Amino acid sequence: MANWDWQVFCKNTVDGEVVPRCFGDNGDITYLDWLLSAWGWTASVSALALLVALAFGVLMGILRTTPSKALVFIGDAWTELFRNIPVLVQVFLWYFVIPELVPPLKQVPSFLLVVLALGFFTSARVSEQIKAGIQSLPKGQRYAGLAMGLTLPQTYRYVLLPMAFRIVVPPLTSESMGIVKNSSVAFSVSVAELTMFARQAQEETSRGIEIYLAVTGLYYLTSILVYQVAKLIEQRVRIPGQTSGGK
Amino acid sequence: MASGLQLDFSFLTADVLASYVSKGLWFSVQLTLVAMVGGIVLGTLLALLRLSGKKWLEVPAALYVNTMRSIPLVMVILWFFLLIPLLIGRPMGAELSAVITFTLFEAAYFAEIMRAGIQSIPRGQLHAGYAVGMNYRQTMQLVVLPQAFRNMLPVLMTQTIILFQDTSLVYAIGAYDLLKGFEIAGKNFNRPVETYLVATVVYFAICFTLSMLVKRLQKKIAIIR
Repeated sequence: MANWDWQVFCKNTVDGEVVPRCFGDNGDITYLDWLLSAWGWTASVSALALLVALAFGVLMGILRTTPSKALVFIGDAWTELFRNIPVLVQVFLWYFVIPELVPPLKQVPSFLLVVLALGFFTSARVSEQIKAGIQSLPKGQRYAGLAMGLTLPQTYRYVLLPMAFRIVVPPLTSESMGIVKNSSVAFSVSVAELTMFARQAQEETSRGIEIYLAVTGLYYLTSILVYQVAKLIEQRVRIPGQTSGGK
Repeated sequence: MASGLQLDFSFLTADVLASYVSKGLWFSVQLTLVAMVGGIVLGTLLALLRLSGKKWLEVPAALYVNTMRSIPLVMVILWFFLLIPLLIGRPMGAELSAVITFTLFEAAYFAEIMRAGIQSIPRGQLHAGYAVGMNYRQTMQLVVLPQAFRNMLPVLMTQTIILFQDTSLVYAIGAYDLLKGFEIAGKNFNRPVETYLVATVVYFAICFTLSMLVKRLQKKIAIIR
């Protein structure tokens, strides 16, 4: 175990020869090139899935707090549906099943199908946070808005949501970090992200420990980056006078 | 339906389900139960270490918990599948490797839950234990942990549902679980769309039922408290 071989990353992926400057040229790529592009795929899948999750999660979370029974039902049903199916099964559903039912989706690359799967899965969790955030506001806020003659949508737009969004930043931070981790399921439908790289490069080079360490390190680094960005946002939007998290 | 797709579930007879799926379901359930019990025991120990007040116990425990929680489970599964054979010097089956991985991985998540649970018990309880002459071990075992466990029961159960969902990730090392059972049946009968649909329904039915039970439990506990 003691003999490391970090040179494995400088090897050409086709012939296994060590490339002098570690980056391939003339269309050849080294394992390092591949690792970095895999990181890019992980980042893209995660970022796009986060957008999908926020869009649907916010919408469903809001529906669940409205006075309309029908809208609450839609929001609840959405949340229960996407929360109670394993994320890997949802990926398979988008990849193998839904394109059969909706033929135009057959043209869509698997990368985007994974984004949808991961986004919808996470939207259920976001919807829980948004609902909790809105419900944590005193009921008087809603009544005050309505009493002033604002319509229900206006009450949400100008009174409830500006507060609720700022309250849910910390829980949404951990959801964002969760998305990066969950993006690893994309390996199952051959999206060339970090976990897929880890499995393939391990098989090709038999230097599993070096490969896995690098991949794990990049996941770790990505989490820290997401966390730092979220902290910045949290500081910018913190509600003055609210006691949370010290200074 | 006007589209060209014809769904046909007729091949999924009781015989097929019994020979392909039940083995996988049994493994998923076993994996969930072992990792739950083992994870809660190890997790409680980790939580106690983190709350021990001794730096040399706190730091390693915190390091373990935080490392596990910041790596994707799929990578952890792959790591153990690679490392265990190197450490013990002979190959290990995917199923056993998965059981070890999940127990150690879930311990980190259960540790955080138990830590919150223990911290939710007023310090007066601890002092009361000491005051009646109990030592640390007795106070924890007889006074603090039972209450912490009860307060955290709904959260522990919710984590177990997530654990059950996550067992499908043993796909990464090819272990034969519930999902794999459906997948192989789908391949052999050339009906992948139908088997994935049924797999979805089965997972949903199990997880939805369990989460409804947890909700009822939560209400019950809230009233007693």
